[in-house]
Amino acid sequence: MREKILAIIEKNSRIDLKDLAALLGESEAAVANEIAEMEKENIICGYHTMINWDNTGDEKVIALIEVKVTPQRGMGFDKIAERIYQYSEVTSVYLMSGAFDFTVIIEGKTMREVAQFVSEKLSPMDSVLSTATHFVLKKYKDHGTVMCGKAEDERMMITP
Amino acid sequence: MRNPLSDKIVSIQPSGIRKFFDIVSEMKDAISLGVGEPDFDTPWHIRDEGIYSLEKGRTFYTSNAGLKELKIEICNYLKRRFDVEYDYNKEVMVTVGGSEAIDIALRAMLNPGDEVLIPQPSYVSYTPCTVLADGVPVTIQLEEKDKFRLTKEKLLEKITPKTKVLILPFPNNPTGSIMEPEDLAEIAKICIEKDLFVISDEIYSELTYKGQHCTIAAFPGMKERTVLINGFSKSYAMTGWRLGYACAPELILKQMLKIHQFAIMCAPTTSQYAAVEALKNGDKDVAEMRSAYDQRRRYLVKALREMGFDCYEPQGAFYVFPSIKKFGMTSDEFALKLLEEEKVAVVPGTAFGDCGEGYLRISYAYSLNDLKRALERMERFVKRHLNDAQ
Repeated sequence: MREKILAIIEKNSRIDLKDLAALLGESEAAVANEIAEMEKENIICGYHTMINWDNTGDEKVIALIEVKVTPQRGMGFDKIAERIYQYSEVTSVYLMSGAFDFTVIIEGKTMREVAQFVSEKLSPMDSVLSTATHFVLKKYKDHGTVMCGKAEDERMMITP
Repeated sequence: MRNPLSDKIVSIQPSGIRKFFDIVSEMKDAISLGVGEPDFDTPWHIRDEGIYSLEKGRTFYTSNAGLKELKIEICNYLKRRFDVEYDYNKEVMVTVGGSEAIDIALRAMLNPGDEVLIPQPSYVSYTPCTVLADGVPVTIQLEEKDKFRLTKEKLLEKITPKTKVLILPFPNNPTGSIMEPEDLAEIAKICIEKDLFVISDEIYSELTYKGQHCTIAAFPGMKERTVLINGFSKSYAMTGWRLGYACAPELILKQMLKIHQFAIMCAPTTSQYAAVEALKNGDKDVAEMRSAYDQRRRYLVKALREMGFDCYEPQGAFYVFPSIKKFGMTSDEFALKLLEEEKVAVVPGTAFGDCGEGYLRISYAYSLNDLKRALERMERFVKRHLNDAQ
């Protein structure tokens, strides 16, 4: 049941319990219980909203930063990652394979704000060797959702 | 001027769905649950192969029976999924949708006066195609008490010395019923005893929700008397590509191919290339869509029952077929009233044969949000009319 619950709420976290239970053919209590368990086990870590900020009046700048670091003895990557992800400007941190070590995604109000964060906070860290900052120009698809344009049902109303 | 028309064609009634379609199209902001095709887009990798084939300039006819590569993939698929083996070279042809296959199978097999057994409620084309082929359609009325399955008793009742072909439309549109292996075993036995041929329309074979679909062609002694019809429309959400196929013994297929050769030439080339990709790499898409339909099926049946409908639990296709007998209205009246008062379009059961009277076909090829919106309106309607009737 867990996989099925997750598959549905990954796409629609607002679905109400009654509908979710009906889709799965389970009782509401069983589904609620399973969700509570998954929250406790940190399988479900949060419920967020997909927002297309481009369609609001708010200015937002998102940057993807490639970070190379030297792992410290006895600390590995985790400790460095923690020092980075504690900043509230940082929305995501991934450890990567390949030519660099971390992908850090940062949200700021202006490019200057992002640049300042990189030059004043990120680059000066002891373990950080280098950074390369890429600004996001447009989001087409995020978390499996296409951000631009809504598809309409173009099927004929009645077909055999 | 002489009458330019053929009496035979004029005698055929237009599809009952058509009539209703015209009414619905006139109406603004109607919500429809009346569609007989998937709400999903064709998976991108399949569309991409179609586009790629155009880019490469593959815009010519294929051989009459279809691309060799596609026929081989069809055989692999049928072996893999349903454990039935066909020779791609002699026993498979690619058609313009399952509907062409139904038509040419009947035309290849019938002599004037031959009787064709057509279980109903079922898809709208079997009867007119039988008439066009000079056959005599004989209806078998399926009942809810049998879960809308074809029982051995019902079959035996209608067999005469003139009976030649049995149409087997399962998983069924509009009832959502399926035939389980033990049901098919009984039917197969009778077909062999009575020397009947079967046209098995398995277009919904990938959409069954209680275990794997089973084809009658896989039963001993049946492959040589079965025309198996399937296609890409429902399983891969490819209705507009118009692509299906028929598998049959060489003796029958050769004649079907002759009609196809002269009337159609070949199925659309772009669609055939896309279909190769569908069969090679589409199993995952099929499974995902099936799982989505299954969830909506549960949701819809539960909601309809809570609303007060008597609703048999469908096990295939993407329709539920609730009874409206307790409302004291005919199917046509109910569907029309529902459309006028709440602007929800469903299809009256009678569009699929007279024995569909007392039922509606409601499709769940819709997103959960669409279903919810329509169900809210239906609930208001039911509350108003259920009390009137009782």
